[in-house]
Amino acid sequence: MSEKDEAPVDLSRRTVIKTGLVAGGMFGFGFAMVPIYNVFCKVTGLNGKTDPNPYQYSAETAEVDTSRKIKVQFVATKNAEMSWDFKPSITEVEVHPGQVGELEFFARNPTGERMIGQAIPSVSPFQATNYLHKVECFCFTTQTLEAGEEKIMPLRIIVDQALPRHITKLTLSYTLFDVTTMGERTLPS
Amino acid sequence: MTAVTDTSSNEKPNEHHDHHGPAKGLMRWVLTTNHKDIGTMYLWFSFIMFLTGGAMAMVIRAELFQPGMQIVDPGFFNQMTTMHGLIMVFGAVMPAFVGLANWMIPLMIGAPDMALPRMNNWSFWILPFAAVMLVSTLFMEGGGPNFGWTFYAPLSTTYAPPSTTFFIFAIHMLGISSIMGAINIIATILNLRAPGMTMMKMPLFVWTWLITAYLLIAVMPVLAGAVTMMLMDIHFGTSFFNAGGGGDPVLFQHIFWFFGHPEVYIMILPSFGIVSAILPTFARKPLFGYTSMVYATASIAFLSFIVWAHHMFTVGIPLVGELFFMYATLLIAVPTGVKVFNWVTTMFRGAMTFETPMLFSIAFVVLFTIGGFSGLMLAIAPADFQYHDTYFVVAHFHYVLVPGAIFAIFAAVYYWLPKWTGHMYDETLGKTHFWMSFIGMNLTFFPMHFIGLAGMPRRIPDYALQFADFNMMASIGGFMFGTTQLLFLFIVIKCIRGGEKAKAESWEGAEGLEWSLPSPTPYHTFTTPPDVK
Ligand code: HEM
Ligand SMILES: [Cu+2]
Repeated sequence: MSEKDEAPVDLSRRTVIKTGLVAGGMFGFGFAMVPIYNVFCKVTGLNGKTDPNPYQYSAETAEVDTSRKIKVQFVATKNAEMSWDFKPSITEVEVHPGQVGELEFFARNPTGERMIGQAIPSVSPFQATNYLHKVECFCFTTQTLEAGEEKIMPLRIIVDQALPRHITKLTLSYTLFDVTTMGERTLPS
Repeated sequence: MTAVTDTSSNEKPNEHHDHHGPAKGLMRWVLTTNHKDIGTMYLWFSFIMFLTGGAMAMVIRAELFQPGMQIVDPGFFNQMTTMHGLIMVFGAVMPAFVGLANWMIPLMIGAPDMALPRMNNWSFWILPFAAVMLVSTLFMEGGGPNFGWTFYAPLSTTYAPPSTTFFIFAIHMLGISSIMGAINIIATILNLRAPGMTMMKMPLFVWTWLITAYLLIAVMPVLAGAVTMMLMDIHFGTSFFNAGGGGDPVLFQHIFWFFGHPEVYIMILPSFGIVSAILPTFARKPLFGYTSMVYATASIAFLSFIVWAHHMFTVGIPLVGELFFMYATLLIAVPTGVKVFNWVTTMFRGAMTFETPMLFSIAFVVLFTIGGFSGLMLAIAPADFQYHDTYFVVAHFHYVLVPGAIFAIFAAVYYWLPKWTGHMYDETLGKTHFWMSFIGMNLTFFPMHFIGLAGMPRRIPDYALQFADFNMMASIGGFMFGTTQLLFLFIVIKCIRGGEKAKAESWEGAEGLEWSLPSPTPYHTFTTPPDVK
């Protein structure tokens, strides 16, 4: 029996089921776009977001490429309504790929309240995102400061030896968000 | 084949005891499952929303009449631009097309009603509630949505007024309504065609609506997903779009425009069908290139899924991305060009007469093409860095939406009013409505190209002095366009109440099954399927 021989009611029921499944599937797809986007950005470095986990040394990656020097600049920005003082101890370092660069960021909570902050890193140009590793960073977790408290937060970075040769300078920018209402946590990886 | 004929005489799913005409009183409208009643309600709902959204546009144009802040405060101005866009898109244009589909698709394919009449009743009756909820946000603490019709996060999450939750629910309801409407249309077209009405014999309005309905079920759920994520970010502490919590606001734009670009085609494809019905009638020539029209529509629909980032050229996507989305977007001009070519060729050497539906249709072809050209300019990624978020974009999308969607709806209403009411409308008034709309519309939106290129940003209540003259022109045109629509209301009411009797074939030589029915159409039509040659 071909489809045409069935009564329109049955045919319609079938159409409803099929199209309903498509609609349901697309609702799911909307949500699936979130992990797809995140994986896509992680692989390509597109949104400048660095790996939210500490970088692990290995024998090969520890080798220093002394043939070139990379200038890494640091920028600290505060998101709207974030009242902390927030700045790097130095605004740039020059490192060989594979060599650890060290500096500190300074944060102070000038308000009378306990607050939680979260620094979100971003690398520019985005092509360098996956070549800038952070061995230690205050951005891996939220930072809590009591009223008036200040804190020196170390940052240790390594530029990967495989960084494309045309990139000689890159910027690591942090934006500090007030996440007091969200509570303390570690960024999901 | 015979089974189809049989069912119409006995157990029909969609017929109730009221075989002989509509029930009386208010409950007729609340409980109706008749496609003509529902179509009528959709159209009236749409018109009320059109006037509501239009009133907001009048507030915008009044504030922009002169530089400086005069009438409303900037917060309210933002609510007006936002609500104007939302109401026009979801309240006026989309329901009008669904209303036309309800009325015309069964008549065009020889079906007795829509395939799912009860669901049809539901999909309509959700709308007024959603609309009331949306509009009521304006009176809530903190005001209504003020983040633009594109509701980019985090403006619509972290920085949004408390009423946003109601906005989200309204969008959910509007989305459910559209999805149900789309499913119904697909089921009707696929299953209820009269014997002999093969796919490639369907009128183009039916074809374009079939494709539109597929677009709807593909992207409305994505929009529902986007607002659901917003809801979770606002109330449940998730961070889909909150950078501080590890989310990404740019992700919102990807999700939104994945919905948004197909959405703009949802608002134009049915117009293509309408114009393809009207031009042949008044040019007295068959439509040129029917098959290519079908394929062009399908290609446009397909391409609409892979061009969304042309709205995001300036967010910082990599060069290959810019190029991909630029070329993909430019590619859409090819099937669109095929359509315009076919319409012009249909008219070429035709014995044309210029009744109101024809005037609106010709204006559609000309002005929509202008909008297509400004679209092409915007699609050139490096140029878009200059044009983005200026009045040039406003000019572009009003040229594709006002003469595109709205004029086509007007054309459709004038064209089929005789069929619906049994009376001819007043042609002189119809033409007056056309010319006033045509002049008003161009006066409003043409200058916006210039002020946009000169750098006036969109969604701003005040502007630099050098934009003053063009803005005043635009406001005058806007008031003219706005008030003219009251004339349209008058014409429609007048036509319902009386007028010259319309013949079954209201327009000499008009093609299509609907013209084989008496005017006005009886309450039940095609209870026995017609014979399609
Ligand atoms: C040849 C066809 C078209 C092309 C190449 C095109 C291209 C574009 C581009 C590149 C933009 C983004 C501009 C910017 O924000 O900087 C845009 C915006 C827009 N287009 Fe089109 N478009 C076309 C047809 C249409 C049609 C048919 C419609 C609707 C019926 C439409 C509605 C819109 C709307 C509503 C926006 C603005 C969205 C917003 O930011 O609020 N376009 N178009
Ligand atoms: Cu688009």
